[in-house]
Amino acid sequence: MSWIALKMLMGDRAKFLGLIFGVTFATLLMTQQISIFVGIIKRTASQIVDVRDADIWVMDNKVRYIDEVPGLPDMDLHRVRGVRGVAWAVRLYKGQVRARLPDGNFRNLILFGLDDATLVGAPKEMLAGDLADLRRPDAVIIDKAGYEYMWPGEPWVLGRELELNDRRAVLVGVCKASAPFTTLPILYTRYSSASGFVPKERHLMTFIMAQPEEGHTSSEVCRRIEAQTELQALTRDEFFGKTVRYFLSSTGIPVNFGITIGLGFIVGAAITGQTFYLFTIENLKQFGALKAMGVSNLRLIGMILTQGLVVGLLGYGIGLGLTAAFFEATSGITHLAGLYMTFDAAIGVGAAVLVIIMLTALLSIRRVLVLEPAVVFR
Amino acid sequence: MVAMEQSVLCRDLNKEFGSGDMRTLALRGVDLEVHPGQMTLLVGPSGCGKTTLISIIAGLLYPTSGEVTVLGQPLNRMRNGNLIAFRGKEIGFVFQQYNLLPALTAAENAAVPLLIAGWPRAKAVEKAKSVLASVGLANRVNSFPRQLSGGQEQRVAIARALVHEPRLLVCDEPTAALDAQSGQTVMELLRKVAVQPDRAVIVVTHDNRVLKFGDRIVTMSDGRIERIEGRT
Ligand SMILES: Nc1ncnc2c1ncn2[C@@H]1O[C@H](COP(=O)(O)OP(=O)(O)OP(=O)(O)O)[C@@H](O)[C@H]1O
Ligand SMILES: [Mg+2]
Repeated sequence: MSWIALKMLMGDRAKFLGLIFGVTFATLLMTQQISIFVGIIKRTASQIVDVRDADIWVMDNKVRYIDEVPGLPDMDLHRVRGVRGVAWAVRLYKGQVRARLPDGNFRNLILFGLDDATLVGAPKEMLAGDLADLRRPDAVIIDKAGYEYMWPGEPWVLGRELELNDRRAVLVGVCKASAPFTTLPILYTRYSSASGFVPKERHLMTFIMAQPEEGHTSSEVCRRIEAQTELQALTRDEFFGKTVRYFLSSTGIPVNFGITIGLGFIVGAAITGQTFYLFTIENLKQFGALKAMGVSNLRLIGMILTQGLVVGLLGYGIGLGLTAAFFEATSGITHLAGLYMTFDAAIGVGAAVLVIIMLTALLSIRRVLVLEPAVVFR
Repeated sequence: MVAMEQSVLCRDLNKEFGSGDMRTLALRGVDLEVHPGQMTLLVGPSGCGKTTLISIIAGLLYPTSGEVTVLGQPLNRMRNGNLIAFRGKEIGFVFQQYNLLPALTAAENAAVPLLIAGWPRAKAVEKAKSVLASVGLANRVNSFPRQLSGGQEQRVAIARALVHEPRLLVCDEPTAALDAQSGQTVMELLRKVAVQPDRAVIVVTHDNRVLKFGDRIVTMSDGRIERIEGRT
């Protein structure tokens, strides 16, 4: 019977393709948008994830997300170091500065000031130059996307200069870094140089990066730091979650993506549902004949579900393929690099497609079930 | 066993459609016997209840009241599930509009009742081809319905109705959509291939030219049997 069901389905080439198109469209739109949404939201916290050499972030207790952080007095560093279970703690500056290029143009940048002795928070992968060169006077390292933004179309030239807060900075390397939400260039320097590159503030230290001692968990040490210092101490995951939640709850990003994703679902469901229903209506006479010839309602339901599932599976497969192809094709574009089809999006959209197919099949099944077999003689 | 001598036994069959002002009495106390080995023609003016009667006999409709016994089975007392299985096994259908599946070849269409019965596909199609040969379509087994003439389509439908060797064949106006020549061919085929000693054939028709093919002619009028001519 399922063989007959599939023959019926594929016999009407135009409707069959229309059905697959509907599911493909919904799958592509939803998977692509969910993946981009997840990717962009993760970017808001990508600088947190990029730091792998310290597990604990200590900051002012009013901080809501990574881009809005006031300075801490140097005293706090010593207080954190004094907390039981802290193996070590170092300073980290993160803020925004304005760079002036030799041709007079200026650009905003994200600046990291790394602890002079340990360079905790330094980029993990250099594409040009050497991390050790950061110890040279006024040295800075820029991320790849940042270089292309600052000097578009130019080959990588080390030793080129820019001006930060009227101070000369010398480029000694290009590194890999996760794309930040703002797509600003990321500049790394030593903490002591940063104090020159940043307009005078009372406190330069925005974060204290700490590591728990062997035998202590990060979250346990965080709670102890918070109890003893009244600072906010978060594990990498906690800070990531806090930053992501801030962007989710205080920006229009989720709503905008939600609308597109919802539209994908509705349009996909409408195309598929309508086409499938039409297909069933056109075949009502055939279903009636089968019913007269001894096909039970249960088997008719099985036939319709088979048709629906085949359409769903094909459309979903093609949709996922197109989504993957999209991200593959755009992976060379700096602004889209690092965005990829996520597994969760594929699973979630699979579930949504299943819902579309079930709703669609249900409409058709209802029609076939109430069909009187005697209609075959009408 | 008297009941087994007839293929179909109807006693005081009534059928109502709708209710209130919309109420129609389609059958009013129909008594009828149909015998195996014969072709029974059912004739009468439009709206007299012919289709309603064969729908009840074929187990597609329940009567409002009365008894209908087909091949020894009391259909009016059968549950719907059993009725479906009964139809699939014992009854062959030929429709005015052929109702072939456009996506299947002639052989595949003719094999449908066997597929419903759970035969493996290759075997079912093989058998269907031999039945198609018996209705003169040996060379069209792989044609699709759209590639066939109306008469050929109806012959495929007859092959489909006979492939599972049912003991009752019901045909509702099988020649109505055909030209005279094709109608003639179809009736000759039904006469020659369908009528068997252990099979009863009922044909509803409007077409006076086919009356000569019937062993018995049952004339209906306004929901009643008006007269029965021919052998009993
Ligand atoms: N499903 C139904 N609902 C309501 N009325 C019906 C239904 N089926 C048949 N009728 C009515 O019952 C009566 C008999 O109809 P039936 O189709 O059996 O006639 P018929 O002899 O086959 O006519 P025709 O030669 O035009 O096919 C008609 O008045 C018809 O309108
Ligand atoms: Mg009729």
